[in-house]
Amino acid sequence: MDFSFLSQPAFSGGGTYLDWVISGIKWTLLVSILAWIIAFTIGSVLGVLRTTRVAWLRTPATAYVELFRNVPLLVQMFIWYFVVPEILPKALGTWMKQGMPMPEFWSAVLALGFYTASRVAEQVRSGIQSIPAGQTQAALATGLTMPQVYRHLLLPMGYRIVIPPLTSEFLTIFKNSSVALTIGVLEMTAQARTISEYTFRTFEIFSLATVVYVLITLAVTVLMEFVERHVRVPGYIGTGK
Amino acid sequence: MFTGFDVDVIQRALPYLWQGMLFSLGLTLLAMVGGIILGTVLALMRLSSYKVLTLPAGGYVNLLRSTPLILVIFWFYFLVPIAVKQITGNPYASGIGPFYSALIAFTLFEAAYYCEIIRAGIQSVPSGQVNAAYALGLNYWQAMIRVVLPQAFRNMVPILLTQGIILFQDTSLVYVVGLTDFMGAASKVAQRDGRLVEMYLFAALVYFIFCYFASYFVKHLHTRITPPR
Amino acid sequence: MFRFTHLVAAIAAASLLTAPVQAQELTGTLKKIKDTGVIKVGHRDASVPFSYLDDQQKPIGYGMDICAKIVDRVKAELKMPNLKVEFVPVTSQTRIPILAGGNIDMECGSTTNSVERQKQVAFAPTYFVTGTKIIVKKSSGIKGYDDLKGRTVVFTQGTTNERAMKAYNDEKKLGINFIPSKDHAESFLAVDTGRAVAFPMDDILLYGLKAGAKNPNDFEVIGEFLSDDPYAIMLRKDDPAFKKLVDDTVAGLYKSGEINKLYTKWFESKIPPKGINLSFPMSDGLKTAIKNPNDTGVGACGRMKC
Repeated sequence: MDFSFLSQPAFSGGGTYLDWVISGIKWTLLVSILAWIIAFTIGSVLGVLRTTRVAWLRTPATAYVELFRNVPLLVQMFIWYFVVPEILPKALGTWMKQGMPMPEFWSAVLALGFYTASRVAEQVRSGIQSIPAGQTQAALATGLTMPQVYRHLLLPMGYRIVIPPLTSEFLTIFKNSSVALTIGVLEMTAQARTISEYTFRTFEIFSLATVVYVLITLAVTVLMEFVERHVRVPGYIGTGK
Repeated sequence: MFTGFDVDVIQRALPYLWQGMLFSLGLTLLAMVGGIILGTVLALMRLSSYKVLTLPAGGYVNLLRSTPLILVIFWFYFLVPIAVKQITGNPYASGIGPFYSALIAFTLFEAAYYCEIIRAGIQSVPSGQVNAAYALGLNYWQAMIRVVLPQAFRNMVPILLTQGIILFQDTSLVYVVGLTDFMGAASKVAQRDGRLVEMYLFAALVYFIFCYFASYFVKHLHTRITPPR
Repeated sequence: MFRFTHLVAAIAAASLLTAPVQAQELTGTLKKIKDTGVIKVGHRDASVPFSYLDDQQKPIGYGMDICAKIVDRVKAELKMPNLKVEFVPVTSQTRIPILAGGNIDMECGSTTNSVERQKQVAFAPTYFVTGTKIIVKKSSGIKGYDDLKGRTVVFTQGTTNERAMKAYNDEKKLGINFIPSKDHAESFLAVDTGRAVAFPMDDILLYGLKAGAKNPNDFEVIGEFLSDDPYAIMLRKDDPAFKKLVDDTVAGLYKSGEINKLYTKWFESKIPPKGINLSFPMSDGLKTAIKNPNDTGVGACGRMKC
């Protein structure tokens, strides 16, 4: 393996191929982290709504989850990027295509965020539902209202329980961000493809890209383990390790 | 330019889309079978007490699970033919074809995920069962094949099928190497006829109906086959 | 017993004698085709009229017709009248790795013979001569390359046109915002839907895309040539036997004048699926290439230095 091509001036844009790699990493992180903020926020709300006993709150949340979970991410990317601007009012659609800066980037963030929200919602729901009903009953018996039960019992416990599955969703979002290359976001995988095409160093650049993703995974895993240790409830199941 | 929703364009493309759907389903089923077989082997390796087995299996699974599927597809699409040439020593070895390149990529990728599902499934079988099997005089393989794996798979069927549904969705990513799966067919028609709205919404609808009912079936199966505890 | 050993010896001797002869006759791609009974032809989805899908999604075009002649020649050479032909779709990005990997035996599309690509693959004699221009919407007001300053331009990944346009952008410091796309149809649609203002591509393909559009009069192809692009069928490198067969077939078409019939069929007549006529008379560049069949490539950055 010969990585000297990385320091060569790139075909276009002035920098070296290493600069292309760094730019790829930057876009991968940006798409993933912004999408995660959307996914975590919307997913949490939807997950909680799905556990309530109020049907008109639960049903739309369930519909959202089913809809976004059962359509491939690639198709959702295409819909955000190609279809949405065409079915919106003309002026808005034109703005999305021409006026808005980086339409492919924002489409990717929205698509990945709303898609992952459905998965986060499922984890949050199952976390809350895994808390024994006896605890809720006990809390209600002490005179707490249902919103208070959520505030003081179900949410704090539920979120601690779902840290491991949420970690895995968080890891998945970095991997799934590569789907953004299909609508033209030059993230890590796209840069690897482009560089391989310009330098014919396919093996080296794909290896490098793989290492980048492994490092991201390691970093996120370490971070989430830290979070998990930091918030654990002593003596509660799932914190034993 | 998109004056009205043109259902006709979908109707005319149906035979072509159907060909694409067969490709997607074929790829899903074969990769699922291959992934489960290889995944079982990897799971047994990871659960064994020999470091020579656990380390490579663990490394493989963690590596594949950290890598995006698209990158794996690129890896295999461009490098499998080169590897085949190296192995056979024939510089003009017959390429294994785009379908098989994709199949190998998906099988190896899914095996890492199936491995973890199967490992959890095996671990969920009470250790008393294994001890009882050994007490009856069965050796490791007999205990695995006759006692542990049947129970583990029975518990795992719903999760394995759910992973299969995810795999079916993931096959749409062969789009990136220009293969004509269902999504590839839809996008080729969409671009040729300039009918992105119709074709992509139709593709979403088809995937939704398919995956929704498949998940519904899996849920139903789950309640039926869960053994009494 | 005596006779039997004689027989074995005779067979052994015969196979010793014939084996090297066969090996000498058949190497590389031809041997592969003989052994597998299949020839794999790479084609494009939307390179009108060279290699594209018709209404039944069958690959057709000028390049496909020439490749059909090559297949006929292979059938005759190998005495395999029932040779199976398998069509494999390729994109601008995948064509070289797929060919080098052996998944196709030749690519019949709209591939520019460039010096840089010759490091990876070989080319048959040039069968078309074109160059990079851009297609824009008339309503966009773009009259030349310098109007692209700060605008969005879509390109097909893996094309020589991408490089020519980027080299021009660097040289003139236009600050163009580039968006990549996977194939020509997708790129053209980006201009059609207003996502990009221009698409740099070989002019002949641009005329093909324009003619196939719903409102052809909305578009125009403008600009001086940014690059010169001689098209040729792409083959694997270092396979002299197969290359000779292909070269001879193509040169034969040129010598017999059959090429003129094919040219008229695809460039000056109505072509499927919509019955459009490109009305594109043969250029002087192509006439020269037909008079002197050659596989000379061009530089990587079009008419710019790089």
